[in-house]
Amino acid sequence: MSLKDIINNNVTHWISGEGPDNEIVLSSRIRLARNIEDEPYPNQASKEEKQSVSKRVIEAISSQKQLKLHYINLADMPELERDLLVEKHLISPVHAREGYEKGVFLDDNERISVMINEEDHIRIQVLTPGLQLDETWELASELDDLLERKLDFAFSEKWGYLSSCPTNVGTGLRASVMVHLPALSLTNNIGKMLTAVSKLGLTVRGIYGEGSESNGSIYQISNQVTLGHSERDIIDNLNSVSKQIIGQEKQARQYLLQEKESEVIDRIRRSFGILNFAYKISSDEAMKLISNVKLGIDMGIIDNVDKKVLSELMVLTRPAHIQKINGKELSISERDIKRSELIQTRLKM
Amino acid sequence: MLCQRCNNKEATVHLTKIVNGEKNEVFLCEECARETGQLPFAGNDPFSFQNLLSGILNPEINSYNTGIKQGDKCGTCGLSYYDFTQNGLFGCADCYETFNDRLNPLLKRIHGETVHNGKVPQRKGGHLRKKRQIKELRDEMKDAVKNENFEKAAEIRDKIKELEDNDGGE
Repeated sequence: MSLKDIINNNVTHWISGEGPDNEIVLSSRIRLARNIEDEPYPNQASKEEKQSVSKRVIEAISSQKQLKLHYINLADMPELERDLLVEKHLISPVHAREGYEKGVFLDDNERISVMINEEDHIRIQVLTPGLQLDETWELASELDDLLERKLDFAFSEKWGYLSSCPTNVGTGLRASVMVHLPALSLTNNIGKMLTAVSKLGLTVRGIYGEGSESNGSIYQISNQVTLGHSERDIIDNLNSVSKQIIGQEKQARQYLLQEKESEVIDRIRRSFGILNFAYKISSDEAMKLISNVKLGIDMGIIDNVDKKVLSELMVLTRPAHIQKINGKELSISERDIKRSELIQTRLKM
Repeated sequence: MLCQRCNNKEATVHLTKIVNGEKNEVFLCEECARETGQLPFAGNDPFSFQNLLSGILNPEINSYNTGIKQGDKCGTCGLSYYDFTQNGLFGCADCYETFNDRLNPLLKRIHGETVHNGKVPQRKGGHLRKKRQIKELRDEMKDAVKNENFEKAAEIRDKIKELEDNDGGE
């Protein structure tokens, strides 16, 4: 198998660098939290009770024919493979940690994932490239309807879908977009954006979720409130804020080209130089350099590299991916060497 | 071993951090660990969601107050209200009923609202769906009356009546 085959096998749908507004929005994600009415939540359930939940969800998903989903029992999966799913954003870091009866359903192009026995019994997730929240919501809602035909979800007329944590009650919906905002970072406008966004009931986090720092100017923007507003309102709100942010980032890029052209070109070409010639690159450094070069491609400063390559590299250079591509566990130092080799090979491909 | 930050004092804090799957080991003295926010000042992380929630739920409870009553328990899963304030998670769907009285202020603080206004499940939500439909029809009827379209208003009134008569609950 060539490196190209290995990489292609590791690239999920959303990493493709395609989709609407892809020069700024990497992905759109919808997550729905659902619980089965008469089963205790995973934090209170015994091993047998969790088994019962797994069994019921597996039966419900297997009995529908519309969507082809494959089940993975996470207990049977090596740690490195589980980390790989986390890096692809297909399961949460908490779900990858050891525990009883945790599983996930995935479709062929890894657009859909259904986590079983995470914080809630069921977490439906749909992840698509670029800004396409509406389509993403429709697919998640369709999957929700399919499951609801077979399972009685915990639902109250007053409080909506009941969840394990009170922050998810109501719609159980978390809609988010992952955005690349290097120009707003370079012009020190990120702080203003964060303040504005939080006033509109949205939160901003780093690329790998709660508690993670922003790396390579990538931010996840998502709704904070799940109760009292309809799914439509939540999605429309996030959609319009995302469009505003896209507009601001574009303006900041224009400004950089007009006012700071030589500094920006220098920064981008230096980053490109390091990526092409370094012997060792840590994952944090790789993220920053890739972010700069992606900006260079999007702004037309670097034109001999396919733009989807950089979006891909943002995930392929993560620690679990590097080890998977090399077929073995590696020390940090070995990873740093293999990472720069991978980047250099990929940039020439 | 000396502290990696100040290179002055003996390192007494050994931290293993796993960030995005990458393991990093750090050796710090206690002072540097506190300064960099690696060590919480009183045992648990004071800014964890659970601790903040605990403060919201019961203003009289804080991490320094240990004399809390055990209180009521959910009859289905056995979770006590105290347990809930400690980890911020319900044990089962019935906990919402059990702790009903205390949840409105909490949900109001988290979401700003206390009543669901979103999707309704097909099978389970029949009653609510009908209630919403009736409410929409009433609004339509009011509009019709306002516009002096009495024929249409009467039609809608009959539709509402039909829905209400069929609504024997779930």
